[in-house]
Amino acid sequence: MTKLNSKIPEGPLTEKWSRYRRDVRLVNAANKKKLDIIVVGTGLAGAGASSALGELGYNVKNFCFQDSPRRAHSVAAQGGINAAKNYMNDGDSIYRLFLDMIKGGDYRAREANVYRAAEVSNAVIDHYTAQGVPFARDYGGTLDNRSFGGVQVSRTFYARGQTGQQCLLGAYSALNRQIKAGKVKMFPRREMLELVIVDGKARGIITRNLETGELERHSAHAVVLATGGYGTIYYLSTLAVNSNASAAWIAHKKGALFANPSFVQIHPTSVPQLNEYQAKLTLMSESLRNDGRIWVPAKKGDERLPGDIPDEERDYFLERRYPAFGNLVPRDVASRAAKERCDAGYGVGKTGLAVYLDFRDAINKQGKKAIEDKYGNLFEMYQVISGFNPYETPMMIYPAGHYTMGGLWVDYELMTTIPGLYAIGEANFSDHGANRLGACSLMQAAGDGYFILPNTISNYLADDIKRGKIATDTPEFDEAERSVKERIERLLAIEGTQTVTSFHKRLGRLMWDLCGMSRNEEDLKKALSLVREMEEEFWKDVTVPGSADQFNQELEKAGRVADFFELARLMIEDAMHRNESCGAHFREEKQTAEGEAMRDDKNFAYVAAWEYAGKGVPEKLHKEMLSFEEVEVKERSYK
Amino acid sequence: MSKVLYSSISQKFIMALAGLFLITFLPVHLGINLLLLNSDPEPFNRAAKFMSDFPVIKIMEIVLFAAIMIHIIYGILLQIQNWIARPVRYKKSNRSETAPFSRFMIWTGGIIFIFLIIHFFNFYFIKLGLVEGDPYNFYDVAWQLFTNPLINIIYWVSFILLGFHLYHAFHSAFQTIGLNHRIWTPLIKGVAFIYAVIIPAGFSLIPLYIWIVSS
Amino acid sequence: MKITLDIWRQKSRNEKGRFVRYELEEVSPEMSFLEMLDLLNTNLIKRGEDPVAFDHDCREGICGTCGMYVNGHPHGPVKSITTCHLSMREFKDGDTITVEPFRARSFPVIKDLVIDRMSLEHIQVAGGFISVKTGSAPEANTIPVPKKNADEAFDAASCIGCGACVAACKNASAMLFLSAKVSQMALLPHGKPEAKQRAREMVAAMDDMGFGRCSNTGACEAKCPKNIKITNIARLNREYYKAY
Repeated sequence: MTKLNSKIPEGPLTEKWSRYRRDVRLVNAANKKKLDIIVVGTGLAGAGASSALGELGYNVKNFCFQDSPRRAHSVAAQGGINAAKNYMNDGDSIYRLFLDMIKGGDYRAREANVYRAAEVSNAVIDHYTAQGVPFARDYGGTLDNRSFGGVQVSRTFYARGQTGQQCLLGAYSALNRQIKAGKVKMFPRREMLELVIVDGKARGIITRNLETGELERHSAHAVVLATGGYGTIYYLSTLAVNSNASAAWIAHKKGALFANPSFVQIHPTSVPQLNEYQAKLTLMSESLRNDGRIWVPAKKGDERLPGDIPDEERDYFLERRYPAFGNLVPRDVASRAAKERCDAGYGVGKTGLAVYLDFRDAINKQGKKAIEDKYGNLFEMYQVISGFNPYETPMMIYPAGHYTMGGLWVDYELMTTIPGLYAIGEANFSDHGANRLGACSLMQAAGDGYFILPNTISNYLADDIKRGKIATDTPEFDEAERSVKERIERLLAIEGTQTVTSFHKRLGRLMWDLCGMSRNEEDLKKALSLVREMEEEFWKDVTVPGSADQFNQELEKAGRVADFFELARLMIEDAMHRNESCGAHFREEKQTAEGEAMRDDKNFAYVAAWEYAGKGVPEKLHKEMLSFEEVEVKERSYK
Repeated sequence: MSKVLYSSISQKFIMALAGLFLITFLPVHLGINLLLLNSDPEPFNRAAKFMSDFPVIKIMEIVLFAAIMIHIIYGILLQIQNWIARPVRYKKSNRSETAPFSRFMIWTGGIIFIFLIIHFFNFYFIKLGLVEGDPYNFYDVAWQLFTNPLINIIYWVSFILLGFHLYHAFHSAFQTIGLNHRIWTPLIKGVAFIYAVIIPAGFSLIPLYIWIVSS
Repeated sequence: MKITLDIWRQKSRNEKGRFVRYELEEVSPEMSFLEMLDLLNTNLIKRGEDPVAFDHDCREGICGTCGMYVNGHPHGPVKSITTCHLSMREFKDGDTITVEPFRARSFPVIKDLVIDRMSLEHIQVAGGFISVKTGSAPEANTIPVPKKNADEAFDAASCIGCGACVAACKNASAMLFLSAKVSQMALLPHGKPEAKQRAREMVAAMDDMGFGRCSNTGACEAKCPKNIKITNIARLNREYYKAY
């Protein structure tokens, strides 16, 4: 099987990217005008790519299901965006950022990609700053940095608690400039429902106009997916309610391999679930852990108010278990530790599924004003949601599904295993291994969109300069549109008794319980059969009101949930086969006596890339072996 | 360039400038009117004659009428655009957040315009010879007019509405011409309030005084 | 608690809409307003009726997708929040809540409470950007920005483009939205070179979209979920005059 050629350039790690760019084939300006590119998604990666490709002269068609590209879920990132500027003079460098990411990812990421992500990080900050992104500044007018979990330097650029929104508005403004210039055509309220492959190459997509229900054909010489992650598979997650896996999953079913689907990051600091109707969990930025201390009562079932529990009767469990990093351990470690305490019966709140994040000491030391300056908007948000004032009583937090390290397998050029189909940002698997460090997602998404994809895509398009427009009145497009129509009709025809959301909730709960923060073989086996049953039930008993030719939110959801069932099975399969604990993937069978993760480099130092083999047939596993030339593979310890 | 004349901001700018000019005119008018409180008609009549004969004032009179017309035309124009901008009204609408007097500017403005016409019939048209009366003795004209309680009520109501109109107009005009400042804006609002109370109160005082004295 | 809802139902752009009354028994005060609507929709679907369409996405007050006129207020009666953050704690058992779409000629209704805000997009496309080619930006610290300006630019930039300002304004004016965009870039040195063109073209786009004219009523500022100040409107006016 030659399918997995990661195309990593020769040469030492630090020179791979420059060598690649030196040798890459280019498309001249006159020919770029003849080439069309479809970009699906308008987050940091998608909007970035669209604007950069438009500037280069390609004809870009950009799609999003939201009513405006500025609403892509990158908007919700709070804490920051990393870059190796070393503005703080604390020993940072591109190499150090690379090293932190490799280690943070628990040695399950591809060295060359990670180094490149670190390499372009500085240009991302320069670009956003020039676009007018109002990053926090010092009194002298220069940019400020703060520290973030899992690392020992301060390299995180931030715009209060809204870094994602500010970066996205920057990306959106550049996109608007290209829309005005006529180089990007924007298609909002469109959902991609099929990928069209012509002669083995990605040549177009079928979209549904979400307002009119009309199916539309769009062709291009290359298709770029920047459609984000699939964390909403858990139903309750920190993602936007409409975030979904469908575009990536469609590509997977058309032949793109899906890598490490079970690597899902659970974020430690989210507001816990308050009621059973809740549709989403709100993230409280990781930056809160810079000053907040996490604890639970040392005594089981202690029902005193948190303020009445004296220090010696509190268990600051992160500080206890990880003295070197304390409350700043990476997300997977912090999440698991909180779950461990709650499972052991020490959790707080009505449900017992919460731990305290306490600012008492920070407020005493630094004053309320200092804390307000740093976290004011987050505290306000917490109070709006929970009704409690975090200046007076500790916040209650609990882990929630957040980010998916897994995604479409891509090579060094960010191309999937389907020629001409690219995946960028969270939609691909490439840079975060088994666990993502805080503030690295904006960095990677923007780097992919602005600086990597525009440099690699010409290598593929160079062959297409004489092809001319891709026609949409071909049998391939007919077939793709027919299959979309058929699926929609099938969903509408079920006319069962249960709502789409009720299925999504049940699936989410099941995945959270059996394939969430910690996993074991028995649970996973159980999960697999339960998902199968539930999926069957879905196709028999779901009810989708309305028709296909109208604005129909239930129909949108139904298609997404149907895809989640299929993805869930693959996630479980992947979690089952990876019989080791690494990063966010914790197998209960593989832990030390103290409950720390046990990685198995001998047997699992690879990327698991799955190939769709047809309906009802088990997916085929391909392994991309990971060799570490630059870094020494060590046990990941934050003690 | 034609774009700039039709743009929403330019229209508002022109309207604000015209309004500010009218705001400067009112104290002058009030100053002269206060001479009516003097039992000797001479100073008032002299001032009135000066106002109608002095060439510079004559030019200013044209400017004044132009300002009134511009202010009215643009005001109506903008209001029509605003009505069109929301074709379907809300069923339940809470306007408590909308600055109180800003809601009725078109109505207070309209009533002030009607008052202006009545006022012209009472005085200005006499000067033009359109209405019977002695153009050289407005002192007597006024003293006679304000013995009528109905006229007095019309004037007082109009002045109160003028106050409402002026309060929003005064500080709103500054915002429109681009002046909004952390320290100055609250001050402007304070001045607007004082102005919006004193000017109408001053104008109201005269008919009231005449009415009391003559009855 | 028991809630009565008076909701605007409209099948599509061209059809006439009307208010429909719904009773909802099992509302809990811990629900958010949108979760209450989710519950209503679950009930409607189970009864075989068409669920109420409403836009929403992040449900944490940052994406700007949601927005409806609740009991006479855009985003409901509580200050400084979006509809998704409105809690049912704010209502009492037995309350009747009137729910309408944001209304403006520039925001046509697509279905029920879902509106088309492309008019705001057109304003942005007209000039809401700084022309900098990818890869050509100078090193980020080359141009220092006084902290005060950076903070003020941030305050303006925190606009989420939800359209509540238009909905709140008795004139359906989009001046607060536009002024936030123009202000952000006017306050940063990076935005200066194109300041004149930006002000001219964005104002022209706003006028073309059929929004009303600002009469400085301050309702937008009072109802903005992100506390954007009308000082930005004064700044926009200045920027506009400077542009000619």
